[in-house]
Amino acid sequence: MPSRTSEPGDPAAPASAAAPPAAAAAAAAAPLRSERPLRDTARDGLKIVVVGGFGVGKTTLVGSVSEIRPLSTEEMMTRAGIGIDDREGVLTKTTTTVAFDFGRITLDDERVLYLFGAPGQERFWFLWDRLFAGTLGAVVLVDTRRLADSWYAIDRLEHHGLPFVVARNNFDEPTHSLEQVRAALSLDPDVPLLDCDARKRESSRDVLVALVRHLHSLSHALEPTP
Amino acid sequence: MIRRPVDTGDPDRLYTVTGGRTRAYEQAFDLVTLIVRESGPTPGMQSELVRILQLSERPVAVVELASLLDLPVGVVKILLCDLLDMGRITARHPQSSGRGRQLPPPETLKKVLVALQNL
Repeated sequence: MPSRTSEPGDPAAPASAAAPPAAAAAAAAAPLRSERPLRDTARDGLKIVVVGGFGVGKTTLVGSVSEIRPLSTEEMMTRAGIGIDDREGVLTKTTTTVAFDFGRITLDDERVLYLFGAPGQERFWFLWDRLFAGTLGAVVLVDTRRLADSWYAIDRLEHHGLPFVVARNNFDEPTHSLEQVRAALSLDPDVPLLDCDARKRESSRDVLVALVRHLHSLSHALEPTP
Repeated sequence: MIRRPVDTGDPDRLYTVTGGRTRAYEQAFDLVTLIVRESGPTPGMQSELVRILQLSERPVAVVELASLLDLPVGVVKILLCDLLDMGRITARHPQSSGRGRQLPPPETLKKVLVALQNL
């Protein structure tokens, strides 16, 4: 049986609350061009992936900093008999579809940063290399009420050797300190951990800034000294 | 032979779109490879190829094409290979992205950082 990893509760559907009505109407007709085309000089696409559990606000974060309404797409994965579909308990299947959404930020005349919201479930990681090879780094978005949802994603990112920051999306007044969160996630002291409000553009931008600053310092550390 | 459903609704459609090919040219394009058309569509061209050429008048990423065409990324990559072979598009591949597990150079990351801070 086929299965999907789309998340009904996560606002993965393009019609998020942030989408202006005009954009929603435009989406109804088959688009002949991108809603907001890139500059003619654009030539270098970069990737950052936002991973997190169900309903943690990945799409909200992507949407709040993206210059386009978040779009969604999917990729198919064919595999036989690997793993178990935990929803349906079927041992073998032909095709799995993973859905993910994305937005973009034009950085300068040449560079465009694409932000991908990716579900953290196990089966998604089978597609990681195919979709996200060459990703600069990742943001792990966590909800302190469901910290356990993030353990697997953090483990996988460490396994892939991909640098990441952890951002706690605050829906309400936090009841735990960041130090408590760090301990609960067994986070390495070098991994940046910060609070954010994914609904706010500045706050989401600050999460990306924290990630790129982290990457920059790692990159410096790796540079051979002349 | 037992037919099994494919997620995307109509498997025959995808099979037809790609002429039955799968995965052949996966590696040729990244999700964020930017596609720009070199020439417009011609009469009789497969409708999906026409759409791609219409959408790539200005640079557009592979992942955006997949979303706008409502086709899986892998299918779009196969169609793009055809267009590339025909010389109708050019592909601008990612430059800053770390190849393998390497980070981009600090200068590049600095530029990204400054651009984000100025958002």
